[in-house]
Amino acid sequence: MTEQPTGIEPVDGDAEVEADTEENESPKGMGVWAYLAPLITFVLIIGVWYFISYVRMDAVRRRTALPAPHTVFEDGLLVWEDRKGLKPILEALLVTSRVALIGLGISIAIGVVLAIVMNTAKWAERSIFPYAVIIQVTPILALVPLIRNWYGFGIPARVVVCVLIAIFPVITNTLFGLQSAKEGHHDLFTLHHAGWLTRLWRLEMPGAMPAFLTGLRIAAGGSVIGAVVGDFFFRQGEIGLGRLIDNYQKDTRIPELFTATIVACLFGIAIFLIVGWISTRTLKHWHESARNYT
Amino acid sequence: MSDAAPALRFDKISMTFPDGTEALDGISFGVSMGEFVTIVGPSGCGKSTLLRIASGLLEPTSGRVEADRERIGYVFQDATLLDWRNVQNNVELLPQLHGFPKAERKRLASEAIELVGLTGFERHYPKSLSGGMKMRVSLARTLTLAPPLFLFDEPFAAVDEITRQRLNEETQALFQREGFAGLFITHSISEAVFMSTRVMVMSARPGRILSEYAVPFSYPRQAELRFDARFGELCGEVSVALEGAHASEASDD
Repeated sequence: MTEQPTGIEPVDGDAEVEADTEENESPKGMGVWAYLAPLITFVLIIGVWYFISYVRMDAVRRRTALPAPHTVFEDGLLVWEDRKGLKPILEALLVTSRVALIGLGISIAIGVVLAIVMNTAKWAERSIFPYAVIIQVTPILALVPLIRNWYGFGIPARVVVCVLIAIFPVITNTLFGLQSAKEGHHDLFTLHHAGWLTRLWRLEMPGAMPAFLTGLRIAAGGSVIGAVVGDFFFRQGEIGLGRLIDNYQKDTRIPELFTATIVACLFGIAIFLIVGWISTRTLKHWHESARNYT
Repeated sequence: MSDAAPALRFDKISMTFPDGTEALDGISFGVSMGEFVTIVGPSGCGKSTLLRIASGLLEPTSGRVEADRERIGYVFQDATLLDWRNVQNNVELLPQLHGFPKAERKRLASEAIELVGLTGFERHYPKSLSGGMKMRVSLARTLTLAPPLFLFDEPFAAVDEITRQRLNEETQALFQREGFAGLFITHSISEAVFMSTRVMVMSARPGRILSEYAVPFSYPRQAELRFDARFGELCGEVSVALEGAHASEASDD
């Protein structure tokens, strides 16, 4: 495709050829705009932020409600001390990410096993699925007292919150994926005397990868949210991002509050991108959706 | 040829599905080694059901099937490739399911890939192959086990006419070289006559064998055979019988 313009005289003028090459180089055929557009939005947001902070607020409100972007940058990001600035925030991030990853790992392990069990027999699916739905629809807040009773106020309780949020997308997507093997494929395996395990390992599990990875994407994001939210309810043990944010709000350390919030946000984005990258790597040869995962 | 050892034998096969649909009614015939038999018939006459019964995927309501099902060759209407495996690994699937050692698998797959003319495409994934190429991969996969009996369920229905003719010629050449027994199902009369030693015409549901035609042309058959007057004549005869089969369907309604 890209060779065409060089070899053939463009019939409709240079503009179209240029548009063509741009289409090949960037997503959605937007050229540099694909990268410039979000940057402009960012500059606009910062501008509005400055405007509100300096024009609409007095000095006191500016300090307690919305400090200017450069104040957030200077007091939150540039300070590196034991109890001030970026250092405690990154330490809290480490705690939160550990909770989120353990929660995600447990969700994957239990979720995949449950999906496999449900895939083996209709009655197994009927017996388990309603309870998976119940876990999904019950507000975490309603479960907080029970989790406190069972798991205490520390890290294990926070992990449980992550699992409660992340396990449902793993179960449903994996199950959907396992069941997506075509009848013809099953016939082929039946004709060649494949047992249950061979069928699972060579046909159903690889076939479930696209759906599983979609589920993983949702679950990973959910697990990060769970780890931060869990911090608010289960405050014993190492300090995570959620609790730090809460503390900063109480102590009116607003620039650091903003920094911690932004870090939590960036962490969520990072996890999302990492899982997306894993999806693309895994599926690049065979699945249609791989192209959309960049 | 018909006195050679039978690779497949149907004995008074009848099939009624649980919902009461009568699919087949008293089908009896055999396919000997080195014979290529094609069944043509109206859509929904139970041709595919018969093939599923032959392979053991389906148990008939009554009657008996004799066939060696250990290494059965079944070519589906759809290529049924595994999208996450490249051509090489797709072709290795059946030897893998049968527990062949890795080196043996590789050798069998390479040979089969060469037979269907796909050497050089080993590392391609199904996504990047045309419909005709996918069918060839599917054929190669079946060839790895060197099955004595091949069952074809309208394998070339989804490819364009030219590709279909080329695949017909190649399959016919493979059949001649490998000497397997073939049972082939199709809607296309010229495909049936071109490939087969015998053509059977099946009636509308419940399927019965209405008539049978021996195809006198010797193998290997060249593409030009399709323009031979005797070829056209035989196609015409089968076509008339097939119209009769459709008519019986109409009178049933």
